[in-house]
Amino acid sequence: MNIFKRGISSIKERTLEKGRRIRDGARSFIEADTGEKIKRATSFALDNAMYIIILLAIVIIAIMRPRFLSAASIINIISLTAAKLPIALGVGGAIVLSGTDISAGRAVGLTACITASLLQSTGYSGKMFPALGTLPIPLVILIILAVGAVIGLVNGFFVAKFKLHPFIVTLSTQLILFGAVLLYLQIGGNGGQTLSGLAPSYTSFISGALFTVAGIPVPRYVLYSVLITLAVWVIWNKTTLGKNMFAVGSNEDAARVSGVNVFMTVVLVFMLAGMLYATSGFIEGARIGSIASYTGLNYESDAIAACVIGGVSFVGGTGKISGIVIGVLLLQIIFVGLNFLSVDQNMLYIIKGLIILLACAVDMRKYLKRA
Amino acid sequence: MSELLRMENITKVFPGVKALDGVSLTVKAGTVHALMGENGAGKSTLMKCLFGIYRPDAGRIRLDGKDVEFRSTKEALDGGVAMVHQELSQAMRLSVMDNMFLGRIPLVWRHLPFVSEMELYKRTREVLDELGMDIDPRAPISSLSVSKRQMIEIAKAVSYRARIIVLDEPTSSLNEAEAEKLFGIIELLRSRGCGIIYISHKMDEIFRIADEITVMRDGRYITTRPKYDITMDEIIRLMVGRTLEERYPEKSNELGEELFSVENLSSESAGLSEISLSLHRGEILGIAGLDGSGRTETLECIFGLRRHGGILRVEGRVRDIRSPRAAIGAHIAFISEERRQNGIFPVLSVQENTVISSLKKFNTGPLLSSSRMRAATMDGIKKLRIKTPSEKARIKNLSGGNQQKVILSRWLLTEPEVLLLDEPTRGIDVGAKYEIYKLIIGLAEEGRGIILVSSEMGELLGLCDRIAVLSDGTLSGILTREEATQEKIMRLASGEKV
Repeated sequence: MNIFKRGISSIKERTLEKGRRIRDGARSFIEADTGEKIKRATSFALDNAMYIIILLAIVIIAIMRPRFLSAASIINIISLTAAKLPIALGVGGAIVLSGTDISAGRAVGLTACITASLLQSTGYSGKMFPALGTLPIPLVILIILAVGAVIGLVNGFFVAKFKLHPFIVTLSTQLILFGAVLLYLQIGGNGGQTLSGLAPSYTSFISGALFTVAGIPVPRYVLYSVLITLAVWVIWNKTTLGKNMFAVGSNEDAARVSGVNVFMTVVLVFMLAGMLYATSGFIEGARIGSIASYTGLNYESDAIAACVIGGVSFVGGTGKISGIVIGVLLLQIIFVGLNFLSVDQNMLYIIKGLIILLACAVDMRKYLKRA
Repeated sequence: MSELLRMENITKVFPGVKALDGVSLTVKAGTVHALMGENGAGKSTLMKCLFGIYRPDAGRIRLDGKDVEFRSTKEALDGGVAMVHQELSQAMRLSVMDNMFLGRIPLVWRHLPFVSEMELYKRTREVLDELGMDIDPRAPISSLSVSKRQMIEIAKAVSYRARIIVLDEPTSSLNEAEAEKLFGIIELLRSRGCGIIYISHKMDEIFRIADEITVMRDGRYITTRPKYDITMDEIIRLMVGRTLEERYPEKSNELGEELFSVENLSSESAGLSEISLSLHRGEILGIAGLDGSGRTETLECIFGLRRHGGILRVEGRVRDIRSPRAAIGAHIAFISEERRQNGIFPVLSVQENTVISSLKKFNTGPLLSSSRMRAATMDGIKKLRIKTPSEKARIKNLSGGNQQKVILSRWLLTEPEVLLLDEPTRGIDVGAKYEIYKLIIGLAEEGRGIILVSSEMGELLGLCDRIAVLSDGTLSGILTREEATQEKIMRLASGEKV
């Protein structure tokens, strides 16, 4: 209870401080001369370019398609955000280490396949393991968390032990994982077919209604995603691993000299990431309902984009959970909004690419300015 | 002899430090001009102003009677000024000839971007032959010894047809025969009418090759004299200048029982052999030596950053220290010379920088207690008088002296018995230095043992109870506070016996 009170008072304190800062900023802005005003306004606009563009986008879409702000649409955006959030949290850790992880999407794909294959209805004719029955959900969760942890262990081990760039390591594991998915889908005469016929207990555990708003159900996995995010927040901010992660990302040499176990830190951060991909795979299985080899394709690019938009810098050592949440949310708003505007699906890739490019450029600008 | 270069009233200010204050330097054609001063006296800064790396805030530079203002090293090179840096910055994987003509590689035809390998080889061969160097232009730089690489840097300066050549501690990585060869080349350049600016700490070299000597101290010009008009003692006195008493706080530490010892410390990678030291409680033990003598490497071995042989004892117990973690476990702390490279976490806050080495202390179950970490940080800020807007400020926004205090605060949280300090006052202004000195003496007073590596003679003489002098990776002698003088240290450092 005490912790709770302290938490609230500290949030209050921080909000007040922020308000004070904004007021001070506004006052000094008003007092500045015109040239200075223009300079500071452009600098403010550039520093917050992503937010400004997205706000404008929301306003424009909402005016053109008012249904964009209906309850159904908002719940849809929130659900999509919840589904993608764990991946971004995992990738975020790798980026804080000043690395990256491009194996995320395929890791989600593999864990989703495994989950689906273990949780097919007993009576379903295309069941991959007919003799196995439907396994209990907690057991399946443990199995796929273990799979995710092993994927992360491999990534982290090669990064930490051989000092390979995470891009190269995860590029390799990405390919290996895709091969594993393709092979897995051949098992038991499945012949590479899509996995469906999932057990109702599983689908309702994930997609069942948590509660309804205006007759629209909010799926249960939103709650799971919130819990996972809180857990990752605690790990990042309240544990030795978190502190060490930021230290290694900020200055690896200094971390080593300071007695940080750099090897273990890197391995654990990647293992955590792997387990987060696994939970995402577990959610995706039931959310999509039918799992194929292409499940998870390009998820990592969305996750990396979300992190960068949310201020997790590729320079390393900086980033906040709240930033990642906002990043994922904003990205989903854009995608759903573009759907509302009936933008061509193929156009979406180009827009995604431009967003990542812009976000990175804006981010680097902050660092270049001080150099 | 005609005047070739005249630098007048050069002033350069860095945030918080006046690195150069109205310094003048005149170099005549066909002479070797020695530039002398303690570390931090401003010699390198002056040369960087000449070479276009820094732009002086005031003063002017005349070369061959014409005012010049180089805005980049390229302009300086084209203008006839070349510099051989103390630390070599060569493209290791490229060949000798690629390195020599980097940035001005000859082309087959100047309108086409194709490199003429033949021309490149021919021109490199010419320069090397001219200087009597037997090096294959096609050999990769990484296959050459440090001394050969140094020679190539000099050849590069010659290939630019430079009139002024700056040599910054050129013999620090050369053996006697190689140094002899270098002097031959310097003689050749002098006879051609080049002006050579020679920076070195080695007195015998200076008296052998220099024609004139300029002394600098604390960013100021002191004097210029012909070689025959000055003695070694006089140079040292002019370099050190002030009496030590004004610059260092009064010592109040008392020695206790033996706290730490190292026997026959050796390391192949660092070129250390059989170094034995002992340290008592309350003692400040200095380690002196020239650049490359193994001072930093000795500390790195003790702290487990380098593989090493030998026996380390802390409080009488033999400890096997193979990693910084093990060293911290044995209550050893290490403040590194490269503050930016492996000291601070620039984008993290003062608090995070403070607690990173002792996170275990702040665990409540699996979680860290923010309030206790904050309390410990505030405590350090108060005790060490760290000037920071708040404990949440990013450390990179603090001044060098305050950053150093945060790092000291970090290590004090690990409750160290033995503190290894490597150049703890490098890049810190004079006022902050005095505070750091006071802190060091205070730590010794509390009964801790301190090993202090410094290239500032005054710092060692002013703070240390004993001074161990290293020369070429071996211990050449230990001087007590009473018997230590600058000259004795210099002699031991250059390998002579006292």
